[in-house]
Amino acid sequence: MHESEPARRVRVTGPDRHARPRPQPRTGDIDDETPLGGVYLGSLLREQLLLAARILGLLALTVGSLPLVFYVVPGLDDVRVLGVPVAWLLLGGLVYPWLAWLGWRYVLRAERNEHDFAELMGEVER
Amino acid sequence: MTTVPGFVAVVVVTVTTLAIGTYGLRFSRTTSDFFVASRTVRPGLNASAIGGEYLSAASFLGVAGLLLTFGAEMLWYPIGWTAGYLVLLVLVAAPLRRSGAYTLPDFAEARLASRHVRNLCSVLVVAIGWLYLLPQFEGAGLTLAAAIDAPRWVGPVVVGAVVLVNVGSGGMRSITFVQAFQYWLKLTALLVPAAVLLVVWAGDEAVRSAGGPSATAGDWSVPLGGGGAQGLYTTYSLVLATFLGTMGLPHVVVRFYTNPDGRAARRTTLAVLALLGVFYVLPPVYAALGRAYGADPATSDSLVLDLPRLVVPGTLGDVLTGMVTAGAFAAFLSTSSGLAIAVSGVLTQDVTSRRLPGLGDLGDLAAFRVATLAAVVVPLLATLALPDFGVARAVGLAFAVAASTFCPLLVLGIWWRGLTAAGAVAGLLVGGTGSVAAVAWTLAHDRAQGWFDVVVGQPAAWSVPLAFATMVVVSRRTTAPAHARRFMVRLHTPETVELDRS
Repeated sequence: MHESEPARRVRVTGPDRHARPRPQPRTGDIDDETPLGGVYLGSLLREQLLLAARILGLLALTVGSLPLVFYVVPGLDDVRVLGVPVAWLLLGGLVYPWLAWLGWRYVLRAERNEHDFAELMGEVER
Repeated sequence: MTTVPGFVAVVVVTVTTLAIGTYGLRFSRTTSDFFVASRTVRPGLNASAIGGEYLSAASFLGVAGLLLTFGAEMLWYPIGWTAGYLVLLVLVAAPLRRSGAYTLPDFAEARLASRHVRNLCSVLVVAIGWLYLLPQFEGAGLTLAAAIDAPRWVGPVVVGAVVLVNVGSGGMRSITFVQAFQYWLKLTALLVPAAVLLVVWAGDEAVRSAGGPSATAGDWSVPLGGGGAQGLYTTYSLVLATFLGTMGLPHVVVRFYTNPDGRAARRTTLAVLALLGVFYVLPPVYAALGRAYGADPATSDSLVLDLPRLVVPGTLGDVLTGMVTAGAFAAFLSTSSGLAIAVSGVLTQDVTSRRLPGLGDLGDLAAFRVATLAAVVVPLLATLALPDFGVARAVGLAFAVAASTFCPLLVLGIWWRGLTAAGAVAGLLVGGTGSVAAVAWTLAHDRAQGWFDVVVGQPAAWSVPLAFATMVVVSRRTTAPAHARRFMVRLHTPETVELDRS
């Protein structure tokens, strides 16, 4: 027996638990048109369409309902706020900041949806 | 009445426009420069350019006059023209840019893989573009007649010539600078006189206590058309036409292709929304002042031009008149340039390039210039032949037709994979003929009694749903093109994700 010969030391290493594994991009599923790719794309489309519907719904409920309100409440055109008839105040001024605010909310949310999608695809590292 | 300030204003605007166009020419080298400014226009500049292009004579002169004559019901026009951009932002802006097409017909062909749809779209773009150019030229004639006592044909010819030189020589690249400059010119030309006139009014106790007719007298503060339920229908139909028609105007859509990517397209649209909102607060001020100072509703078309002299006679009034005349003239130039670009872009691709094939890059430019000539000269001759077509009506018609044709095509094409070429053609034909026939009937029979005339006079409320329904029903009976799904990937996924977008 060769007991006198010392066994060579072998360095044994495991996977580094501190380094996160690099995620595999999932874009292949979409490129190959797999059912999973369809789910990914479908979720993005649904999110964006829901967001658009919410914004347009708000637009219809606020600005879009005004003609009906003035039709149903005929006395409203005599009401004045700070000396200005309320119709002129609402339709000639306040409606524009409201439209811009709606647009601003939309842009922020739409970009977040796209960021989430890119993250899901493994292209964006936190 | 002195014509000096008006004359100076028109000359200054014309010279500045040509100078900026020439400056932009130094950057225009390739075909891509001519059509889409090489897709490198940043959101701030691009939004100013869109605002400059979009605020036509109808916005600068027309709205204030309509408000003076008809009161608060006309506030829906500027609201619709602004809210149209919100609808465009949430439904169309980013996907349209990501589609990577040059023009609306390009988008239709790429999405539906059909030459028939493409040709139909080309015809519609040219028709809507010419329809919209007609009132611009006509308005220019009216303005120059009022400002410098020129014959009616001078305005259209001057505007047509300047547009032809600028567009034909520099294309989209140089026009972008011109349009951006003209937004700020228009805003200044309306804002500064309004501020001065408001200060004068605030210090004028006699006018403020006499007050002219009160703001609530008659129907002046009712934001509905007259006639009860009919007025309600007209108002809602107008709202629908303007909210949905904006996305289908050819000169608006072509601008989106100049953005670097989808995200920039969204931010551009948001900035446009803000710029338009700032501008449209001003026309009601002119209308209210005009009412306080007893301006004549019969000549309300030139209210913005007449008001400064009415409120402050003398040199200050002359200077302010010169400013608003400059703004009005800029409005004709910028909108006409944008429309000429859009129409000539389509004509180049679908008509003149095919007649002059295989000449390379230089050939492309020659084809573009020939197309620009046609895009400007045809409506110019129509204006000279039909001097009293009706400015406001032609603009309204253009919005109704755009809402009934391109709006369903864009919305369904972007959000619904099932849209087919057959469905698109059927919907475009139904919406297009419906809206055009309705407005032609209204122009021929000038009366508004009874429900039939009201419903036909403002067609969007029925022609838009009809076009949508036709597209959906016919598409369901035919099969969608095989590449529809991949096209959806291209339209909706952010550019940062590396995907196969071919």
